[in-house]
Amino acid sequence: MISRLSLQNLSVRRGGRLLFEGLALSLAAGEACALTGRNGAGKTSLLRTIAGLVTTEAGTIAFGDADADAARATGLHLIGHLDGLKPGRTAREELDFWSRWTGGTAASTHQAIRRLELSTLLDLEVRRLSAGQRRRLALARLIAAPRPLWLLDEPLSPLDGVWRERFGAVMTEHLATGGLIVAAVHDPLPIPAKALEIGA
Amino acid sequence: MSRAGALLAREVALAWGKGGGPLVALGFYAGTATLLPLATGPEPARLAAIATGMAWVALALAALLSLERLFERDYEDGALDLIVLSPVPLEITCAVKCLGQWIATGAPLALAAPIAAIALGAKPQLAPLILACALVGGLAFAFTGGIGAALSLGARRGGLLTAVIVLPLFVPPVIFGGAALDAFANGLPWHAGLALLSAYAAAAVALGPLAMAAACRNALS
Repeated sequence: MISRLSLQNLSVRRGGRLLFEGLALSLAAGEACALTGRNGAGKTSLLRTIAGLVTTEAGTIAFGDADADAARATGLHLIGHLDGLKPGRTAREELDFWSRWTGGTAASTHQAIRRLELSTLLDLEVRRLSAGQRRRLALARLIAAPRPLWLLDEPLSPLDGVWRERFGAVMTEHLATGGLIVAAVHDPLPIPAKALEIGA
Repeated sequence: MSRAGALLAREVALAWGKGGGPLVALGFYAGTATLLPLATGPEPARLAAIATGMAWVALALAALLSLERLFERDYEDGALDLIVLSPVPLEITCAVKCLGQWIATGAPLALAAPIAAIALGAKPQLAPLILACALVGGLAFAFTGGIGAALSLGARRGGLLTAVIVLPLFVPPVIFGGAALDAFANGLPWHAGLALLSAYAAAAVALGPLAMAAACRNALS
C-alpha cells in the first residue's frame, strides 16, 4: 500500500534538454494533484519518471514506506495517450488481458465493465471504438485491478461532458478509499486537487 | 504464472491475428524454396545434393520476417510501458514474447521444413532430423532474433536494422544444423551437429532475454 508520494528536488533531462529541475511534490493518501504546464513542458515525462520508466537526472522519488520497485510493480497505474490497446483485438480481449496482467480478478473486471458501461462495446474491435469509448476502455483498467496510485495523462480530453462528470465520481471514490492521483491536465480536474505547474 | 500465461496467449493471438504473420512467413518460405532451384538449375542430382541446405537457409530467412514486430508493436502503442510495470521481471516477459514468436511462426515453419526439403529432392529419411533441427533452430532464431528486435526499437526502418543485427547471430545455428543434416545425408555421424545446435539454442534462451530486457529499458527511458 502506498501511503504517500514524495518528489524531492527532481530534475529530468530528455534528449539533452533539461525539462525541469528542483521539482517537489508531496501527496498523501486521499489527495490528488493536477499537473499543468505548456505543451512539451514535461508533464508526460514526469508521470513516466514517477513510474520508473524515465531515469532521473537528480532528486528522489519515494512511495511512503513502500519499496520503490514493489510500488511500481504492483502499486500504480499509468494511463497515457498511448493506451496500449491493439486495434485488431476486441475490447473484451484487451480488457481481460490487461486485467490479468495487472492482477485483477473476474469480479473486479466485471465491476469495471459495469462502471464504465462497456458491456455493449466488448465484442467490438478496438479500431471500431470512438476516441471517447477507447479512453473509457483504457480507464477501465483502473477499476479492473485496484492499485493505489493513478498516474493519468490527459485522462479527460476525449471524454464528453457526461463522462467527464462520471469519471470525476470514479476519482472521488478512489481518493475516498485512500488512493492517490497525479493527473496531467489542460482543463481543470472535476475534483479538488493540489496544483503543480511545470516550467512556470 | 497466470500473468505469463495471459501474455503468451496474447502474443500468439497477435502473431496469428489479422495480417496472418505465420502465413506470410510460410508463404515467404515456400516462395524462397521455389525460387532457389530456378536459379541453380533443375537437374535432380544437383538439387538433391543441396536440397537440405537450401531448405535450412530459407528457414533462417523466413524466421527473420516477423521478428520486426515482436517489440515494435508494443513500443509504438505504449503497451510496453504497461507491460514493464508489473511484478513479472522484464527478462521473463521478453522470454515469453520470444516463446510466443516461436509457437506462432517457428513451429509452423519447422513443420513445413521437411516438406520443402523433400520437394527439392532430399531423401525422405531426412525428414525427422530436419524437423528436429528446425524446431531447435527455430528456438535459437527466435531468441537471438529478439535481441535484434529489441535493439532496433525506435529506429526508423527497424526491420532492416533487425536483419543486419541478427543475421550474424544466425550464422552458428545455420552452420551446426547444416552440418548435422549434411552428415546424416552422407551416412556420417550427425549427433555432434544437433548437439551443438541445441547448445546454441539453450544459450540463446538463457542469455537472450537479459539482452532484450536491457535494450527495452534503454528504449523506454
